[in-house]
Amino acid sequence: MTDWSGYLSLILQGAVVTVQLTVMGSILALLMAFIAGLGRIAPFAVLRWLATAYIEFFRGTSIFVQLFFAYFVLPFAGFTLTPLQAGVLALGLNVGAYAAEVVRGAILSVGKEQYEACIALNLSRWQCMRRVILPQALLVMLPTFGNNAIELLKATSVVSLISLADMTFQANIVRSQTGNTLIPFATILALYFFFAMIIAFAMRALERRMARGLDGVRA
Amino acid sequence: MAEPIIAIDGITKSFGAFKVLDKLSLQVMPGEKLALIGPSGSGKTTILRILMTLERIDSGHIRIEGEELYHMPKNGSLVAADERHLTRMRQKIGMVFQLFNLFPHMCVLDNVTLAPRLTKGTPREAAEKRAMDLLDMVGMSAKAKAMPAQLSGGQKQRVAIARALALSPKIMLFDEVTSALDPELVEEVLNVMRKLASETDMTMLLVTHEMGFAHDFADRVLFFDRGRIVEEGKPDEIFRNPKQERTQTFLRKIIAAGHRV
Repeated sequence: MTDWSGYLSLILQGAVVTVQLTVMGSILALLMAFIAGLGRIAPFAVLRWLATAYIEFFRGTSIFVQLFFAYFVLPFAGFTLTPLQAGVLALGLNVGAYAAEVVRGAILSVGKEQYEACIALNLSRWQCMRRVILPQALLVMLPTFGNNAIELLKATSVVSLISLADMTFQANIVRSQTGNTLIPFATILALYFFFAMIIAFAMRALERRMARGLDGVRA
Repeated sequence: MAEPIIAIDGITKSFGAFKVLDKLSLQVMPGEKLALIGPSGSGKTTILRILMTLERIDSGHIRIEGEELYHMPKNGSLVAADERHLTRMRQKIGMVFQLFNLFPHMCVLDNVTLAPRLTKGTPREAAEKRAMDLLDMVGMSAKAKAMPAQLSGGQKQRVAIARALALSPKIMLFDEVTSALDPELVEEVLNVMRKLASETDMTMLLVTHEMGFAHDFADRVLFFDRGRIVEEGKPDEIFRNPKQERTQTFLRKIIAAGHRV
């Protein structure tokens, strides 16, 4: 009889790494999403061009390749990253590219009349964006951001390929040491699902909170 | 002889092939209340939108208090106005929209205080005190903490008027401010505007289909058709005794549609 408690704690250690990657990757993705999303609609062509290049590049190449690039190729350019740093970088930049289009779309979904009210009240472009447009657009972004965060959570498993000991990596170790596939993989299946549920519930709660009193925009 | 507060000189504006304004000129004296009437597509709303810098002109000049709106002097010649010039000019002008355009994510009070706080740096307390006075004037102070979605159309429009007044503009533009309202809510907004007209010396330009109100409110009525001012005069002359055939036809149609004159 195998003693599973040791193996399960190994998987839980991996779960901590998965959560770290998800949280830090999401923060970077959010940052990139707003920078590139606003860049896409900026009044300066250079900014629009840079944002488009970033988005198309990171959407158009595989996250697997991006990760290997960050971990194995960047050192040749003088940037040596730890597996965790490389993982956060690749995940954040990749998901950020998708989320940037969400930011852009949500901003464009706010009606022209809101911009006109800003002009009539003499707000600057930035004041209008920051105080009037973004708060309304954020509510439109949230459900898709929830999707993006869950995508990112699931994508974290690729980091096991650069030997970062996340949940999937540990499950593989347990599998090779015990010869049992069902228990370690059923465990991480349940854990991934559990984490995804937390993200989904958190996003819904946030959405409800932000939609308060806003019946005119989105119930 | 006083200087006109608004001097429009031969402006032209097209949307694609459609000429909305055709070499239009107009002078407005300080404190004057103008009603702009005419069929839809005649250019009356476009005039207001151009004055609020929501649309640009193709040619011509506009001066506000003697100063060019869309041009500024630079090295001895007139060049196109930059954003800074427009920002300074906009301080003189406020606008109320047909569909209110309130900020739905802010309560009534924040809607009114946002612009003074951001554009004039008014401290929150002072901005809120002034906002409450204005909301009181439009009869909305009891709803200061309400969200726009909780208000009726008439209430929203009264808040929108208070919001525009909070920046103390010298010129107020009203773009069909009662057109989107249920009939029973029209009067509460018109009452606020009557009060404004009688208690302040603001210059007001009003685009409206409420002929009865235009008659009582305006010092001068302008009838627009196809991008030109076809006829203008005192309300009594225009409404009781229009000289142009197009004005007569328009007024007949309006009366037939159930608007009282």
